Amino acid sequence: MAFDRRSLLKGMATASAAAVASASPVKAARERKVVPEDARGMLYDTTLCIGCKACVRACKEANDLPADTRTPGMENYDAPTDLNEYTKNIIKLYKEGDRRSYVKRQCMQCVDPACVGACMIGAFRKEKYGVITWDKERCIGCRYCQMACPFNVPKFEWSSLNPYIVKCEYCRQRAGDKQWEPACCEVCPREAVIAGTYEELLAEAKRRLAEYPDRYEPKIYGEKDLGGTQVLYLSHVPFEKLGFKFDSEEPVPEMQQTIQHGVYQGFIAPAALYAMLGVVVWRNRRKDGAEETEGEA
Amino acid sequence: MSDRAEELGGPVLSKVSKWILWLGIVGAVLIVWRFGVGLGRSTGLNDGYPWGLWIAFDVVTGTALGCGGFAMALLVYIFNKGKYHPLVRPAILTSALGYSMAGLAIAIDVGRPWFIWRIPLGGFPDMGKYNWNSALLEVALCVMAYVIVLWIELSPAFFEKWKDSPKQGLANFSKKAYGIINKLLIWIIALGVLLPTMHQSSLGSLMLLSGPRLHGLWNTPLLPLLFLISCIAMGYAVVVMESALSSRFFGRPSHVSMLAAIGNVAAYLIWGFLVIRLVELVMRGRLGLMFQFNAQALMFWIEIICFVVPAVMLMNAQKRQDLGYLFRAAIMLVFAGTLYRFDTYLVAFMPGENFSYFPTVPEMFVTIGIVAIEIMLYVALVTVFPILAGKPTTAEAH
Amino acid sequence: MLLPRVVKGVSSEEMLDRGVDRRDFLKICSIAAAAVGLPAGAGVKMAEAALAGQKPSVIWLSFQECTGCTETLLRTRFPGLGELILDLISLDYHEALMVPSGHLAEEARMAAMEAHKGKFILVVEGSIPEKDDGIYCMIGGRTAVDILNEAAEMAGAIIAIGSCASWGGIPSAEPNPTGATGAPMILEGKTVVTIPGCPANPYNFLGTALQYATFGSLPELDELARPKWAYGRTIHEHCPRRAHFDAGRFAQAYGDENHRQGYCLYKLGCKGPVTHANCSVQAFGEVVDAWPIGLGHPCVGCTEQKVLWQTSITDTVDIERPTNPDTYPPIGAPQGKVGAVATGVAGLVAGGLLGAGYAASKKLGDEPEEEES
Repeated sequence: MAFDRRSLLKGMATASAAAVASASPVKAARERKVVPEDARGMLYDTTLCIGCKACVRACKEANDLPADTRTPGMENYDAPTDLNEYTKNIIKLYKEGDRRSYVKRQCMQCVDPACVGACMIGAFRKEKYGVITWDKERCIGCRYCQMACPFNVPKFEWSSLNPYIVKCEYCRQRAGDKQWEPACCEVCPREAVIAGTYEELLAEAKRRLAEYPDRYEPKIYGEKDLGGTQVLYLSHVPFEKLGFKFDSEEPVPEMQQTIQHGVYQGFIAPAALYAMLGVVVWRNRRKDGAEETEGEA
Repeated sequence: MSDRAEELGGPVLSKVSKWILWLGIVGAVLIVWRFGVGLGRSTGLNDGYPWGLWIAFDVVTGTALGCGGFAMALLVYIFNKGKYHPLVRPAILTSALGYSMAGLAIAIDVGRPWFIWRIPLGGFPDMGKYNWNSALLEVALCVMAYVIVLWIELSPAFFEKWKDSPKQGLANFSKKAYGIINKLLIWIIALGVLLPTMHQSSLGSLMLLSGPRLHGLWNTPLLPLLFLISCIAMGYAVVVMESALSSRFFGRPSHVSMLAAIGNVAAYLIWGFLVIRLVELVMRGRLGLMFQFNAQALMFWIEIICFVVPAVMLMNAQKRQDLGYLFRAAIMLVFAGTLYRFDTYLVAFMPGENFSYFPTVPEMFVTIGIVAIEIMLYVALVTVFPILAGKPTTAEAH
Repeated sequence: MLLPRVVKGVSSEEMLDRGVDRRDFLKICSIAAAAVGLPAGAGVKMAEAALAGQKPSVIWLSFQECTGCTETLLRTRFPGLGELILDLISLDYHEALMVPSGHLAEEARMAAMEAHKGKFILVVEGSIPEKDDGIYCMIGGRTAVDILNEAAEMAGAIIAIGSCASWGGIPSAEPNPTGATGAPMILEGKTVVTIPGCPANPYNFLGTALQYATFGSLPELDELARPKWAYGRTIHEHCPRRAHFDAGRFAQAYGDENHRQGYCLYKLGCKGPVTHANCSVQAFGEVVDAWPIGLGHPCVGCTEQKVLWQTSITDTVDIERPTNPDTYPPIGAPQGKVGAVATGVAGLVAGGLLGAGYAASKKLGDEPEEEES
């Protein structure tokens, strides 16, 4: 055997120890983001929604989106089965026995967004009012944002040769000089979805929960889930039934970024490692002397 | 007393099977077609599974398979085992081609590749406004840099040949370049060890951003470490395979005892990998997940078995002196590492039960084509340049 | 009962002298105004104008027509034809309804046109043939083209009633042997309000004519010079059976159960989605459901030149602006495909590679190895 087992084991043990040590307690290294001061969002209440889809139509018009006629058997209708490249807002139906609920799905405008953490080129940014925006001048279409978003929100224009990422951006194209309201909130005939500042909406949600405890599930989805979202939900059926599977309070980017920061903070570790490697190689070459003048590799 | 690297000489094309040639051509045509019709029509990718075969295999596994250079550099330059030196240059070639093909795969896979040039330029025109938090940025920059480093590390093979060229300009340039690289060799080699350490581990942490959608059997903060260890092991396995095949096809000595030793190292790495993985699962209380009746648990077991088999095989000091046995163990190891990456990116990733993905036939043939092109380039380069070590033993086969 | 003295210039006594009960008269005017969508107060203005002897003159030209549009006008009640031609307008020329004929009729027409030059309403019913210098429709020895051009020069407003006058109608169907075409095509450069339909909805005509008579203005017109208030929407957009379309309830064949249930007629070839008209909301002759879809026959698109004679009645049309159906996607709709062929190919490739690797490994084991140096 041409290898020194002991030195190999020693090396591996040190390396693993270092890695485990660096990975575990570093959670504290990354501060949790808080709701921005000017945050605006939406409050959606399933007990008020009648599934009229006025919000779906309004969103299509306000965002200049075409009808999605691809659903088999529904070629004469705008009948998307989910958010997709033509659909930024959708109403879905949960039906189980006697229990029914509509649910409106669109971007949750997370407080600590996974998509923003993912995008290497900074095409996703959390901007005015905490709205998460996408920049077509930067995106390279790598779709890491889609791998990151826990709500499956960003959609990709698979059918296009110049594909965009399509997702609700709170109707920011309607922003004039004054405050703007998303089209869906403006058009809802029952105020099932309303827009406003995050504080107002959270207070309203709490008020409804307090005033009608029998009507709702005792939780405001988005208050703390996955670090908090600026779109809040009240529901009369359990949230997992509506497709909200995750209720951990840990923001999605936290673990990965804690590790990355821990290792790469200020590039200290890589630089140190580089220096060390250089020294080792240099010493090894000196040890072997002139034999290596023939040119390496 | 290492074997001197020598070119194979002779015509290139006849060395390559017609199959490989045609697969490469088909792949190239399909790549052009993909740009003509868009990703939706050419692949099975969808909004549930935005990353598929091209990322999981061509990029993630492809670069891991290209860790031969990294693994050999570690052995020869860091741990100072100079006798393995003849294996280094071919390993660097394999790595350089592997990473270049991975770069090609990325250019094909992203939806808006005309902005790729912005990545090394700091996100021009907003220079410097990267998202430094993004693991993918680190992977992208590192891989771009490493490709360059690999070709620089390989370039002495080119300059060695060209410095004897009848063309005076080329000869002079080659002599000069050869000298410069020799001087900077230490820092180039160090970079060639640092960069893959960084990005291979980051390829693991990439999937951590899927957070709650990554299945518990793969979702661990130690994912970067596990990716790093497994890629080094895969690197050695690839070196074994590549050496063995070169000896078979090009009649060069196979250095079987060196390969056996490398195989042994790989075995230890795999044991380490398995121990870390299983201990960590126990510590996080995830052991129960192994025993559920679902696809993830099944794939986990297959993966573990596929790792254990070569690890056990390679511990047998006697048997591993047989090239065939070694080769089989290496294949298993490559397969296991590939499976680990496929599992992390496609099986452990759970966007929802209603989503499904399988690559389309064109998608698969693009991947196959890229591998075929890589093989063709390998054959071409070892034919023309002094990369493989040792003199021919028998007349070339194939 | 005394009605308020809102009609200026004429006393109750004077009205009674003329044999008109004021109440009834105001009623007629108000109902007429309301029926055609004119604002409140229009009825009073019409009454004033009429009583002041300012009933607008109407010259009604008939060319290649079946008289269907006149017939449908005869069946209105608010206003009825009697009230219309006696009280609200002065119908100075109409070949089907006037008493004189021959030279006397033509002279009356010329006299009226001269007397009310620049103010009369010119109504055109029927298409105008252009082929062979227009000899295929001649009245009193003159071609329709001539008559039309002459009258149009002197008219205050020009209204083409019916599809024939609007764009050619039935006579213009292939092979169009007479070169029939609509009034706007003959009168290029002039504003010709078109009221297409086969027949036209009489209230669309009345609303336009009475607006001009009362206020001297024409309603807002679309790019084909149709009043937007009547032709701004497609039948599909305000069809009483729309809920059935949205819910996917269709008649599949005439007389089947779904047809009897009054479900949507789209699959039978209804052209509602591409036909601009208001038949669904403005009843012809006040009889609700007295229109094709109401009777269970798909709309044939009789107002649209590109539809009526260009498509088969049974052809289904594309929906230009699809809207949401009355159904909902589930929380997790299936997405993505696992192709059988692809799976097979993948299996073959993987198996092939492993097999080849194994075979290669066997070969490698066979050959004796070189000594290591």
